Order: sequence, then structure tokens, then C-alpha cells
Amino acid sequence: MLRATLKSLLARKLRLILSGLAVLLGVMFVSGSFVLTDALGRSFENMFASSLADADVVVTAKPTIDVSEMEGESVPGTLTAADVTKIAGVAGVAKATGDVQADGARVIGSDGKVVATFGPPRFGGNWTGEIGGRELREGRAPAAGNEIVINAALATKAGLKVGDDVGVLTMQPKQTFKLVGIFGYEGGLTSRGPVTEVLFTEPVAQQLMLGKPGTFTSITVDAASGSDPAAVRDAIKSRLGGTYEVRTGKELADELAKSFKDILSIFNNILIGFALVSLFVAVFLIINTFSIIIAQRTKELALARALGASRKQMVGSVLVEAVVIGLIASVLGLAAGYGVGAAGASVMASMSELQLAGIGLPPMAIIAAFAAGLLVTVTAALLPALRASRVPPVAALQESATPDRPLTKLTISGAVFLAIGGGLMFYGIKESVWALLGGVLAAFIGVALLSPVVARPAVSVLGRLFSWSVPGKLGRLNSGRNPRRTAITAAALMIGIALVTALNTIITSSERSLQGTVDQTVKADLIISGQGGPGFNPSFEPALVPQMKNIPGVAAVSAEYGDQAIINGEPSWINVVTDVPATAKMFTLETVSGSMAQPGANEFVIDDQSATEHHLKLGDKVEVKHANGLDQTYTLAGIYKRGEIYGGSMFGSAAIEGMRQQLPAIAFIDLGSGANETQVRDALNAMLKDSPEMLVQNKQEYLDAQFSESAQFLLMIQLLLGLAILIAVLGVINTLALSVLERTRELGLLRAIGLSRAATMRMITVEAVVITVFGAVLGLAVGAGLGAVVVKGLADEGLKSIVLPWNQMGIYLAVGAVVGVVAAILPGIKAARTNVLTAIAYE
Amino acid sequence: MTIGAPPRVRTAAASATNLWKVYGSGEAQVVALRDVSVELERGQFTAIMGPSGSGKSTLMHCLAGLDSATRGQVHVGDTQITGLNDAGLTKLRREKVGFIFQQFNLLPTLTAEENILLPLAIAGRKPDKDWYETVIQTVGLKDRLGHRPTQLSGGQQQRVACARALVARPEVIFADEPTGNLDSKSGNEVLSFLQRSVVDFGQTIVMVTHDANAASYADRVIFLADGQIVDELRHPTAEAVLDTIKRIGADH
Ligand SMILES: Nc1ncnc2c1ncn2[C@@H]1O[C@H](COP(=O)(O)OP(=O)(O)OP(=O)(O)O)[C@@H](O)[C@H]1O
Ligand SMILES: [Mg+2]
Repeated sequence: MLRATLKSLLARKLRLILSGLAVLLGVMFVSGSFVLTDALGRSFENMFASSLADADVVVTAKPTIDVSEMEGESVPGTLTAADVTKIAGVAGVAKATGDVQADGARVIGSDGKVVATFGPPRFGGNWTGEIGGRELREGRAPAAGNEIVINAALATKAGLKVGDDVGVLTMQPKQTFKLVGIFGYEGGLTSRGPVTEVLFTEPVAQQLMLGKPGTFTSITVDAASGSDPAAVRDAIKSRLGGTYEVRTGKELADELAKSFKDILSIFNNILIGFALVSLFVAVFLIINTFSIIIAQRTKELALARALGASRKQMVGSVLVEAVVIGLIASVLGLAAGYGVGAAGASVMASMSELQLAGIGLPPMAIIAAFAAGLLVTVTAALLPALRASRVPPVAALQESATPDRPLTKLTISGAVFLAIGGGLMFYGIKESVWALLGGVLAAFIGVALLSPVVARPAVSVLGRLFSWSVPGKLGRLNSGRNPRRTAITAAALMIGIALVTALNTIITSSERSLQGTVDQTVKADLIISGQGGPGFNPSFEPALVPQMKNIPGVAAVSAEYGDQAIINGEPSWINVVTDVPATAKMFTLETVSGSMAQPGANEFVIDDQSATEHHLKLGDKVEVKHANGLDQTYTLAGIYKRGEIYGGSMFGSAAIEGMRQQLPAIAFIDLGSGANETQVRDALNAMLKDSPEMLVQNKQEYLDAQFSESAQFLLMIQLLLGLAILIAVLGVINTLALSVLERTRELGLLRAIGLSRAATMRMITVEAVVITVFGAVLGLAVGAGLGAVVVKGLADEGLKSIVLPWNQMGIYLAVGAVVGVVAAILPGIKAARTNVLTAIAYE
Repeated sequence: MTIGAPPRVRTAAASATNLWKVYGSGEAQVVALRDVSVELERGQFTAIMGPSGSGKSTLMHCLAGLDSATRGQVHVGDTQITGLNDAGLTKLRREKVGFIFQQFNLLPTLTAEENILLPLAIAGRKPDKDWYETVIQTVGLKDRLGHRPTQLSGGQQQRVACARALVARPEVIFADEPTGNLDSKSGNEVLSFLQRSVVDFGQTIVMVTHDANAASYADRVIFLADGQIVDELRHPTAEAVLDTIKRIGADH
């Protein structure tokens, strides 16, 4: 039996290669993700290890405000010069160095623009010498307050050389420094990781990066030779007490590496998610392949049954085929994944100045590859295998193959799946992501099961579009011949398109509701804001605010400062608004109680929901512990009704003194009637020339900029779903190749009665396009449905109505059609090459 | 295309001159046609007979442009088809030749009527209404036009195939054992229909057959043996055909 199985496997190479390829691609994606993240993880590990190689012990202060990532950013604690002296006195300590290092030193490049890093920090700190592998490449160390050195990668990126005057934005507005040196790291590195570094003299670094003279972010300790770092660590710990964290260099390196690995593993999970979508699509392709193979071999199978093969043997023979394909696909997919992961890692490493640790093959990559490859193939082959075992022996004697079975069962189970899926999704939106994902999966299966019923009418309607030509008509009829096959082929394509459509629907709907809310409630004409980034907020000189007000045409300006703080013991974000009445007017905020006049220095106003949440009523006093350590008491002077897009606290001017960065980060401008927007903008831009990160935009431009971010996100998703679509294309090719094979005789006949080669290709193309457009339409419908369910489920989060992204949907439809044309090329050529004579002689 | 019986400019609807067809090479070489020269006259019903493997199908395929000659020339009407490329052959099939195969003549997705009109549709030509009516009348399928092939008997299917070949009014219709799969009653129906289209409409038909009775419907029978024409009969009767077959069998 096994030999017979393997023999028949070889006889159907093409189809098996296509299904194997589908699995291979999915496995490649899975194992590639693991290889990539493993290599990057170890690279980061090495990076931290080498940067802390010389540090025996590192001391930091516990955060002054410690919040989880969901609540905002923690405020790191600082150490003082006294701490350095104290540590230097601990037995076993040879040397203690105070380090300043904080995110947010933004260098203005030679083109006048701020050098961006797209995520990684832009460190600013103090020059502590050539330690920890740091090497001066050019020039010298900073000696005077107006001198800096930067790392070589940054110098290249910014187009700067030693001797240049360089503008640097920090906690303070732009200041100009003399670039006196450029440094790199041992091993010829121009940077350690994808960060940028600006190093000042110690007092300047403390002033600009920490806002407090005489403070440090950490203290690096060299242990005296012969003493054990762990012992020194414990000695320091007992000397300093509880508010300090004392770790050996190795511990710190491991901890830092671990936090990076956590991020990488999220990244990995996202990639795996997409791989799973691809594998899910591959399941359809495999089901189709095995069903077709079994339909073709009905007689052969029946003969085997007639000769005494048991049902078990029949199932076994099909499953053995599946296992063989799954194994081969897993091995090749793993190999391909290793290659892709290695390539991806080296691209990402070179983009981020990371020295790549060797590429490895993590055990998870191997396990996942085989688990995914085998599981997918065998599961997908199970149904067809069971069908094979049900072929009755008499089928061997019957003329025609199994007749088209009724679709009732499929339809009912499809409807059940769809209903369960819809229910799970609706429940899952609020309650659990897993229920949501399960719901989506069930909905897909439901639609896939329902699709054969829809296929016949849908294909006949779609096909009408092509019926004006004879080849078109023939193609349409062919695609309607086997609704199951057409449907399952189309369903594979449906999944990718449904997912992007759903996402797009959600994004479009939320954009449209935001747009509506902004149109209705926001009266601000111009918005000055910075392109954010890690570190300090982009900001501008406070002195500019009154100057802005004086620009002809400007009716009101309200600027906002913000920072983390602790209010009555709870971490919270506080704002200072320079003109509360103007803000209230521009955001149509209604007063609930008290006054919405500008609060006094130690007063504040808050929205009603926050007031309820924190149990605050008019006249209450709150204790605020500010980010820079300052403690203040404020009185609640007013409560306003939370606007749809505006909420939170507005504090009096005293709060500014407690912020780390005492600069406004955003300003809203109300123009008077008859103001000339262009002139005002020109004037504003001229004022902001030293704050190159700040952008003057009108309301719509501001919104569009936010929207373009979600568009980029969508683009990424579309790229990642490209693989699922590619697999679906393999499925279409598979189905078409088969149709061509099955209909050799018909093709011969058509050629004999005058169908040209070109027309033959056109016929196959129409058949393909009808299938793929059907899949695309199905995907659009399902996607719009999924999107609508989510939008409805999130109605109380501000999603008001379901808005379908018609333009994008049109594009997806076009993609569907193009996919069909592409998939038809090879089968079409094969069909056009049909030799009339051999076709007639066929069998 | 001209309407009605074609004018007799060239007498032959199709012809082969010193035609050779050799399959394979070396040890496995098979000479299927050996220097065959034959003219198939216009408006005539010609049958080709001979033992199995004698080259009947090969000759017909070469004459119809389905297969290429190894040496020699083939004309259909006044077109020399040896050396035509695929586009030329497609044009030839659209305009000058019709086919009736032994089986699988019809597309299962189309109705009888659509099958009949398919060659015209493919060529982008409009059917001649009167002619179409006449053909349908002659084949006797008026009430079956809306049926699909699976709903028709084998004989009916072959009649639909005949109608399809006829409706485009090709220079010549080639039929390879068109009644090979039919019982004698349906076979005779198809044959008398073919005969009528020759007599009444001046259609040229070439038919390969094994059946002496079928051959007796023809105006002329050509006998092949070992890839050569060995004999021919005009206005054959079934007995004369059988006699000739026996004689050839004895000679070879
Ligand atoms: N494609 C081919 N390759 C090799 N030899 C071939 C091929 N086609 C036909 N032949 C050989 O050419 C010779 C003539 O074949 P042909 O099919 O013309 O015979 P036929 O007279 O039609 O026979 P039948 O009555 O059995 O249909 C035979 O010997 C056959 O084996
Ligand atoms: Mg033959």
C-alpha cells in the first residue's frame, strides 16, 4: 500500500508541488520570524554586554514616579554628587563615575532638520572619557560648556564635521554648540545600536538633560582589582539603603537585553500571526488539491476497495501522502526561513548600526516549522481522506465519477459557523482578544463553507461581464462547472482581502467619526505641534506665546505644557494651559460648576468624568508630587463637561515649575474673522525657526497627518498579508492547471473548430478572473461585515457610524482581477499549446 | 465564402501530393504514409478505408492540417497548408474545414444550439439564418436545441456535431469514424444526413470508416494499406467494398 501511495504521489507532481509550496511559504514565514528575532536578540545581548563590559557595578535610583507602560512613562530617579562620593568610599570600590544619560538630545543637521531615529533613543549625556569601549575618532573631548562630541554614525547622518556649529534641542530650546570631537566604539563601530549620542561637559549635561545641576542618572563603579563585583554590589547596597538599585554590570546588561527581547518577542508574535494567516490559506489549497486528486482517482480507489483494501487503509494512504508533503515542505520551508531570517536580520542590523551576532537556528524555529507544516497538511488532508474511504467499490464499474453532491450539509454547517463566529466576535471585542480572533476564524470557516452555494449564482452574474466574447463566455461557463472547487479556490483569496478590508473599514470609520467630532467641536484654526518621538516633547520657547498673540489676525493663543506627576498618590498626567477660556472656546467645553476662567497659580480645573473618578469636588485641595520632585498643593476651581476629544486637567502656572521640561509642547490658535491664514502662518513659521520640530498646521492638515499614520500602518499590514494572497494565487494556478488537464479533449476540439491560441488563453484568463473576482467580492463583503461588527462593538468608544472605504475596496477588487490574470498565465499557455491530435486521442 | 455551391475553379476541395508521414526515427521509425497523392473532389462524399494502422487517420489529419506532413504538399481549396503557422492553421480551421470526431464532439457546458453555432461565434461570423434553418431541419433536431449534450443520445450528439460542421459551410468536412460509437440505426441516420448534405447542398465530405455499410453511402472509396493507396471504388455498394477489403487483406 505504501509503495502504491508513493508512486501515485510522484505521478501528480505539479499539484503536489503547488500545495507543498503553499505550506513551504507559511513554514518559511514562521521559522524565518524565529531566526530573525533570535539573531537580533543575541545581537542586542552582545551590544549591552560589551557596553557594560567595563562596569563592575552600576547604581541607579528607583523611579520617582513608577507607572506601568499602559499608564504612561515612568520618571526615572536621579543620584547626586554626594552619592558618588559616598560610593567611592565603600570598600572594594576603585572608582565611581557619575553618568548622565537621557533620551531627548536632538541634533539639527546641516540641512536644518532634526535628525530622526524612528524610535530608538537620542541620548544626551556627559563625557566620561574613553571607557566602555568608547574611542575618540576625531578631535578631542569637550572641555568648555559650549563644546560637544557626537558619535560617528550621527555625524554622518547629520552631515556634520569637527569644528561645525551645531544646534541641539534638549529640555531647553535650541542652543548652539561647537562640535569638537567625533567618537565611535571598539570594533570599528560608528554607534552602539540604532541610537544617536550627544555628549556635553558634565554640568551642561546635567542642566540640559536632567534639568538639575549636580545630579546623575547612574553611577558606574570600578571594583578594585581582586574584589568580586557581587561583593562590591552588596557592600554598596548596604551602605546606600533602599531607594537605590545596585546591580553588577552583567546583571544590568542582562536586564536591558531582556527588555529588548520582550519587545522582539512581541514583534515575533506579530510575524507569527501573519504566518498563521498564510498557513490558514494554505489549508484551503491543500483541501482542494487532495479533493481533486481523490475525485480523479475515484476509479482507482474503488478498485482498491474492490480488491479488499479496508477503509482504514484508504484513509492511511491519503494521510501518508499528506505527511510526506508536509515533511518535505517543512524541511525546505525551514531552510528557506533560515535564509530569509538571516537576510532580514542582516538588513535590520545594518539599518540600525547593530553588530549582528551570528545567525543561529533556535530550537523553536525547528519545532514550529515541523508542527506548522505537518499539522496544516495532515489536518487539511483529513476531510478528503475520509471521503476517499467512502468511495464504494461499485464506483469502479460506473461510467461517470461521483455526481455533484448536494450542498445542504455544507450550507447548514456554514451558517452555524458564521453565527457562532459573529457572536464570539461581538462578545470578544470587549471581553477578550482570543474570543474575537476565534470569532473571526469561525466566521471565515463559515463563509468558506457557504461559498459553494453562492458560487454558482455569483459566478454567473460576474461572468456576464465577460460574456460579450466567445472565449469569455466559455471561460465563465467553465468556472461555474464545479462550484465547490471554484468556491474553495476563491475562499483562499477571500481571507487576505477580508482582513485588510475589515481593518480598513475600522480605520476609515474611526477617522470619519474623529473628523466629524473635530468639525463639530474644534474651533481652533491653527495647531502648532511637534512631530513627537522618544525623549522630551518637541517644544518651543515660552516667550513666543505672547508674541504669537500679537500677530495681526490672531484672536487667541492657548499653549499647553505637560508632564507626568502624582496627584493624591495616583500617577497622572497634568497639563498647564496658558489660556483656559480660549481653550474652552476652541474646544466648545461647557462649564459644569465653578469657573472656567484662567486658574490661579495654585488652582486647577478638570473634566467631570475625571472629577468623579478621583472623587473630587469644587474647592477640594490636591497634593501633587511633580516629576522634578517639587511638591505643591492645588485647589479645584472649576469642572467642565468632558468634550469628545478634549479632557483632563488644566493646572495653574505653578505646575510649570514642577515639570522636567518647562516648555510648551503644543499651541492652539484662534483666528479673528477676516484674518489672513497664510500671513499668520508665515509669521508663526518665522518665529519658530529655532524649533525645527514644530509644525504649523490648520485643523485639517493636523488631522490628515494623524490619518497618514494609520495609512502607513495599513500599508504594513497589506504587505504582510501579501504572502497569504500569494498562496491564494498558487491555489488559483492549481485549480486552473487542473481544469486545463481535465479538459484537454475539449480544448483540442475548440482548437479544431477554430479557436486561436490567443482566444484559448483569454478563455482560461476569464475563468481565472471570474474565480478571483468572486474571491475578492466575497472578501470585501466579509471584510466589511467583520469591520462593521467591530465598529458597532466599539460604538461607545466614539465610533459613531460604519463608513466603508470604497476607494480602497475598489483597489482590492482590481487586485483580485489582476491576481486572476497573473494566475492564468501558465495554465493559459499550457492550454494554448494543446495539441489537437493528442487531445483527440486522449485516453 | 460564397453562398450556395462553391464554383468549380479548382476541382479538388483538398489534395495531397507525394505526401509522406514518418513517425519517430531509427529503430522505432514508422512510415504511416508513403508517397500518397490523392485529390478529393468538390461536392463529393469520399470514404477512406483500410486495415487498422494503415494510415487512414494520419492521412485525414494531414489533409485537415491537424498534423504536419514529413514531406510532400497538402492543399485545402487553393491554400497550401504545408508550412502554415498556427495562426494560418487557425484561420484555415475557421474558414475552410469542419470536423466530426468519433466522440466528445460537443462542449458539455453549451446547449446543442450553442454548440452548433460555436465555430461561427469563435470566428466572429454571423450565421446565415436561412441556411441555419435548413441545416437544423435536415438534422431533425428542432425540438432538441435547448438541450445540453448529456441530455442527448449518442446519435443525436453526432447529428449535432454534423450540424455544427455544416453550418459554417466549410470547403471540406473531415469525419473520423463518425458512426464508430453508434448502433446501426443511429449510424444510418447520421450517414444519410451526411449524404444529403453532399447531394442537396454540394458539401464536400471526407470520412474515415471501418464499416463497409458506411462506406456505401459515399461517392468514392479510397483504400489504404501500409500507408499507400492501393485501390479505389466509385459509387460503391457494401458488397463491392467488402470484396475489395478481402482482396486487399489477401494481398498484404
Ligand atoms: N503519434 C504517433 N507516433 C508514432 N506512430 C504513430 C503515431 N500515430 C500513428 N502512428 C502509427 O502510424 C500508423 C498509421 O496510424 P493511423 O492512426 O493513421 O492508422 P489508422 O489507419 O487510422 O488505424 P485505425 O483504423 O486503427 O484507426 C500506425 O502504424 C500507427 O502505429
Ligand atoms: Mg484511425
